[in-house]
Parts: sequence; structure tokens; C-alpha cells
Amino acid sequence: MKNLTISGLSKILLLVTGALFAGALFVPMWQIQLEAPQYPEGLVLQLYANKIGGDVEIINGLNHYIGMATLHTENFFEFTVLPYIFGTFGLISLLLIFVAKRKAVLLFLISYVVFVVLAAVDFYRWNYEYGHNLDPNAAIRVPGMAYQPPLIGYKQLLNFGAYSIPDTGGWLLTAAGILLFLVVLKEYKFTKNPQS
Amino acid sequence: MKNKFVKAIFTIALGSALLTSCKPKNSSDAVSGDAAQKAYVAPGKYDEFYNFVSGGFSGQLSVYGLPSGRLFRVIPVFSVDPEKGWGYSEETKPMLNTSNGFVPWDDLHHTELSQTNGEVDGRWVFGNANNTPRIARIDLKTFKTAEIIELPNSGGNHSSPFITENTEYVVAGTRFSVPADYDNGDVAINTYKENFKGHISFVKVGKEGEMDLAFQIVTPGVNFDLSHAGKGKSHGWFFFSCYNTEQANTLLEVNASQRDKDFIMAVNWKKAEEYIKAGKGKKQAVKYAHNKWNEKTHTATSEIKNEVLVLDAAALKDICYMIPCPKSPHGCDVDPTGEYIVGSGKLAALIPVFSFDKLMGAIKDKKFEGEYGGIPVVKYEAALHGEVQKPGLGPLHTEFDGRGNAYTTFFVSSEVVKWDIKSLKVLDRVPTYYSVGHLCIPGGDSKKPFGKYLIAYNKITKDRYLPTGPELAQSAQIFDISGDKMQLILDFPTIGEPHYAQAAPADLIRNNGQLKFYKIADNNHPFVTKGEKEAKVTRQGNQVHVYMTSIRSHFAPDNIEGIKLGDEVYFHVTNLEQDWDVPHGFAIKGADNGELLIMPGETTTLKWVPKKVGMYPMYCTDFCSALHQEMQGYVRVSPAGSSVPLTWSVGTNLPKATK
Repeated sequence: MKNLTISGLSKILLLVTGALFAGALFVPMWQIQLEAPQYPEGLVLQLYANKIGGDVEIINGLNHYIGMATLHTENFFEFTVLPYIFGTFGLISLLLIFVAKRKAVLLFLISYVVFVVLAAVDFYRWNYEYGHNLDPNAAIRVPGMAYQPPLIGYKQLLNFGAYSIPDTGGWLLTAAGILLFLVVLKEYKFTKNPQS
Repeated sequence: MKNKFVKAIFTIALGSALLTSCKPKNSSDAVSGDAAQKAYVAPGKYDEFYNFVSGGFSGQLSVYGLPSGRLFRVIPVFSVDPEKGWGYSEETKPMLNTSNGFVPWDDLHHTELSQTNGEVDGRWVFGNANNTPRIARIDLKTFKTAEIIELPNSGGNHSSPFITENTEYVVAGTRFSVPADYDNGDVAINTYKENFKGHISFVKVGKEGEMDLAFQIVTPGVNFDLSHAGKGKSHGWFFFSCYNTEQANTLLEVNASQRDKDFIMAVNWKKAEEYIKAGKGKKQAVKYAHNKWNEKTHTATSEIKNEVLVLDAAALKDICYMIPCPKSPHGCDVDPTGEYIVGSGKLAALIPVFSFDKLMGAIKDKKFEGEYGGIPVVKYEAALHGEVQKPGLGPLHTEFDGRGNAYTTFFVSSEVVKWDIKSLKVLDRVPTYYSVGHLCIPGGDSKKPFGKYLIAYNKITKDRYLPTGPELAQSAQIFDISGDKMQLILDFPTIGEPHYAQAAPADLIRNNGQLKFYKIADNNHPFVTKGEKEAKVTRQGNQVHVYMTSIRSHFAPDNIEGIKLGDEVYFHVTNLEQDWDVPHGFAIKGADNGELLIMPGETTTLKWVPKKVGMYPMYCTDFCSALHQEMQGYVRVSPAGSSVPLTWSVGTNLPKATK
């Protein structure tokens, strides 16, 4: 059992997984879409691995009404480490093709899931921080009102409807996770004692 | 002479009688059941066409949607507009500069959209100034007047701003012949025949739209009225209607209606170009202004030019030919194929249609009946395709639907008449309310008309709308012309007095790269303030420059002290917003000019000379945000010689000044 090597198909899937991690470096991972009567065309905040994109300036301009701190890429250490993390994930995926041990793949999947959970907690923490830490001198103060966008899904914040959903990169990362899971599933469930 | 006068009066009286006799009892008689549906554009839906309508004596250009008749925008062109700061802000003042100095009003009669290969291309729209002769170019990415060029040797630029099929030239023709600017103008008025000259101008249009007065052609003194370029086979020719070939200088309504026929002047401008290459043009000393708007500095510049190249129509053969045309022709319209030229004699009871092929043949075979001021006059019949018989009274203008039909307006009999260009048969007629002048079919003077709607622009409305005292609205009426019969579907009042108008498919202009805001990074205004940290106030003698920013919902600075009586204060306001539809306004109490409306990323300057000591509020005039009403500030004005120091701030109360 100890030296079980993975199949050719699994190696191909790992290659694809590596490519997905690499691709996630260049497209936005997450998006928060905002809609309001005054913005029929909508506004969007896009979170890349390395920066905040989309209509940041316009959203910052609007947030001063409620006293929300302005968003700047350099204020988030995550944007400096995330590219390396995804890069490393990509390299690990490729490395696993040569290591070719199913246990190693399982370990990687578990650490990836842990990473996703931590990332979600981190994202929630920032959302909470920005949604609650409001300037007491702001022009608009609604008692008890916080402006924390949802972790995922829809929430109405005053005149804005906020949709927090994965963007292209998020789907690539999701696909990477699914592929890793498939590899693990295949190697543990459908490959019976290939060497004994 | 008296007989003619009586005849003319009789004609008009008869026309009016006809008008009353065929007038329906009420408007519902003229509107059938599905009209409302055809003109209805649901809230939130876009119109099919943009309609660029001349404002006449308002001097501006209005933009309507078709078929809804909704007004979108009034673009200031030749008249000042305090609402938009046009002619009031320091940056726009040079746009209205002329050889006569700053001219705050004019009369915009005709609009013409730029064309490529004879088709409307949605880049620019041109407009003419009738009083102090000029041509303006409006950029359709910004819907802003980008350039104005003055025309020397002219009085009343009426036969303008018509263009050639690739917008090579935009032309102008003088309505009033006058002594040339390069000759002595201080002569007796009754020396018209010897001293007064006509000049028609050819203004070259460059790739980016920039205009340049390439040459003028000097002609005998007559009144040039309207014009249109040849197209297709007649590309290279331009046709100008002219009246007062009697050369009268007083009581023209009688004295200029003597001859049975006046002329349409055919101009071979390619031939004129050859003469210029051969060095036959004569440089004449004149003065005219050329004003350009710079989108990077957000500022206009005005340059006075001193020379124009003039070609003599009598001395240089084969440039100009006169085609006799009955009774003081007004409209001069060329059909989409370029073969037929329609002249509309204001007092005629028929419409002559000339053939370009026959005209070329007549010139080749020298079928001339004589000369007029040294210009050959082609025999009427030799150039004539045929006459539309009994079309109505007082034909003015003709447009085309691209399906072989022409539509002519009749002022006296107040109607639009549809007729077949080839057979010259009248096909349909509809009344207008009342006394139609110009008409417009989208693309109707181009090679490719979009013959779905026809809009008639009426001079008289009388009982059509709720009364508003002695001065009543003028109106536009939209007809559906997609079927055999013209059908009235909507009428609506217009701004100013509408003359000629043009229309283009909405998508052509909507998708031409419409500008949403100016990039602040590209703003090269000498007094730009690119962020609140750069906001400041400086003094040079009695000139005070305020480098001010506006962003929702405050100005920086918004407290200014140390202004003294006798100071000239220049508020250079930069709108820092970088989003669509977020202009800010700026107004200050006692300003003796206008307000500023500053587009996102733009810098605009208001000059303000306080007249009294005291506290002056300033505020944002364009409802920019929920806290718009908080967007305000104060300027303290102290007596001349006061020692109050010049200070400014935003967000902090200044230390109390001691005096």
C-alpha cells in the first residue's frame, strides 16, 4: 500500500489542475456586484490574486457617505502573498505528477481545503472590518446599520444591492479543487491494490 | 412693377384662402388610429434616430429623438448660454470671437452631418451663422462645438453649411452681396451693380475635422440662397440657388421679383482646384477669425487670419455656369443618384427638375442663351429634365426617400407633396400646421436616405397648442412615409425657430465612441488642480487665482478670505469626478456673467469682480449627490487696502483674522 503510484489519467488531471492554478493568477477571483437606482449599469469590485480591480475609485467615492474606509490594494497583505500561494499550488500540482503518490495528492487536497476555509474566514473578517468600522462623523449614519457585504450571495445595503459571487478565477480554483478530489477518489476508490 | 406686386399679393391671398379651405376641422381629422403607437417610444427605450435641428434665431442646435420628438440636449453654438457657461467662462469666450470682436448671438439656419462616400457617418454636424457669417463644427462624440470659422467678404451666410460627399469641403455663399472686404466698402448703396460682389466660400475639412478656408469664388452681386453638392456622377460640382439677379438694393420683395427666372449656379469645384494649382487664384487681404476648442486644455483659442485665395468666376472659364430657374429659387436639392437637381422658386407654381447629364451635354455643345456678369447662361430647356406641374404654391425645399420619390414643402399652400422624380407625377399630399419651411428625412440629402420618417418644420402654429401670449411656439411634425401615403403621427413644439435639420440612425452616433468623461490625467489646463492637496489661492497684483476642486459633495477650498474690492477673481474649478453623468456646477453671488457647468475631469474658469464689501456665498448648481445642498462655501470680501491676509481652507476653521 505504501508505494502506490497514481495512474496516467490522474497525472493528466494534475497537469490540468496546475494550469488552473496558474490561470487564476491573471483573472479576478471574486466579485462584488453593486446595483442601485442611480447605477443602472452596475458597479463591480473585483478581487484579483494581486490587486483590487473594477470600479474601485467610484465605490470609494460613494463609501465616504457612510464613512467606510477607502479600499486600496496596498492595505491588504493578502495581495502580496496570494500570487505566491497560487504559484506554489500550481508547482505542487506539477510536482505531484513526478512524485506520483496518491497519499501525497490526498495531503495536498487536505491542505488546499484548509487554505480555502482560512481564506473564507479572512475574507469574512475583512468584510466585517470594513462593514462595521465606520467613521462616526459620516454624513449618513443609520443606527444599527452595518455595511458588511455577504460572504457569498445577495444582501441589500441601503440603496445598493450587493451580490458577492466568484469571478472567473474563483471558478478556476473551484475546478482545481474538484479535479484534485476526483484524483483522490479515483486512486483510493477505483484503483484496487494495483501492485499487490 | 406694380402689376407684379399686385400679382404676388394675390398669389399669397389665394394661398391663404386655399389653406383655410382645406384645413381640417380639428387635428383628429388628420391623425388616424395607429399614429400614437407609431410615435410611441416607451420610457427607458431608445429612439431610432437622432434629429439635429437648427435653432434659428436661438443660435443653437437642438437634439431630438425620432419618432418620439423628445428633446435631449440644446448644444450652444453661436449664442451665449449662461446655463452652460458658453461664452461666459474664460475658456469658451474665444469661440465667439470674430473680426468684429466678441459676438454673443447669431442665427443658425442649417445643419449638415458629415458624410463618407455620400453616406452620413456620424462624426460631426456643421451649422451656419447667418448674421455674422461663420461655420461651426460640432463634435458628435462630445456633443460640443469644436470649431468655428468666420467667412470674409460675406453678409448673411445662408447657403451653408452644405458638404461634398466625402466631407472634402463645407461651403458658404453670401446672401447679401457686399463690396469685398479687400475693396472699399464706403460707397453709395445705389452702386450695387458696380461695387457689390458675391463670394462663395469653400472650406476644406481635414481628417480630424479641422476647417481651413481654401478659396472663395467671386461672382456678380446677387443673393445666394441655398446649395447642395453633386454626388455620385455629379461629384465635383456644387449647385447654389440665387435670386435678386435684378441686383436691387432696396424693397427686394418687389424689385427682386421682376425676372421670370433667376439662376441655379453650377460650380465645378474640381476645375477651381485645377486653377489654384495653376496659380490662378489671387491672394486678397481680409480678416477673419478661426476658433478652435482644445479637449486637452479645455480651452478655446482664436486666431485672426489675414488672407484668402479668390478665384474670379468671370475671368476663369468653366468654373461657373448659370441655369435659369423660375421665380427666385430657394431650395436647391440633389437627388440620391446625383442626376437630378431640384430648384424651388418661392413664387413659382411648378417645380423645375434639372438633369446633370443634360447640363453636361448643354455645356459641351455650348447651348448658351447668353452671359450673366461674364458667366455663361445655359438654355433652360437644354438642362431641364422636366417640370412638376401644379404641385402646390410656394415650393421651398425637397428631400428624398431613396425609393425614387421626392418630397417638397410648400409654404404658401402649407403642405408636403410627394412626387416621382422620373415621371414628375404628384403621388400624395398632406397638410401641415402651418406654413412649413424646411423638411428632413434621415439621410434625406445623402446618397443613402433612411426613408421611414419625414419631419416638417413649421413657421406658424396659431391654434395648435395652448396659447402663450403674442409669441407662440414653432413646431415639428413627423410623418410616417414608409407606405404609399404620408401619415401624420406626431407634432411637437421646438426651441427657437427650426430651419433645416438632419437625422441619422441612433446606433451610428451612439456607437461612435461617445465620451463619458474627461480623463483627469490628460487634463492640461494651465490652471488645473489634480487633487485637493493642490488646491490653493494665489495673488498677482489685483488678480486672484483660485485653484479649486469639486467632488461630491464639497469644494476645496470652500472658505476664502483676503479678497479685496478691486480684485479680479478667477475661479478655476476642476471637477475631480471620474464617472459618467456627474457634472458639478459653480455659482457665486453677484457674478455678472453666468454659472459654470463642469464636466467630470474638466477645468473651467469663472471671472468674478466683487462690487461690494461683504460675505459672498458660492455653491454647486448641478444636483450632484444626496449632499448637494451641503456643497457650498464662503468668500469674504474686504475693502481695498485691507490687511486681511489671503487664506483658504477646507474642513478646518481658519484662525480668526484680527481685522
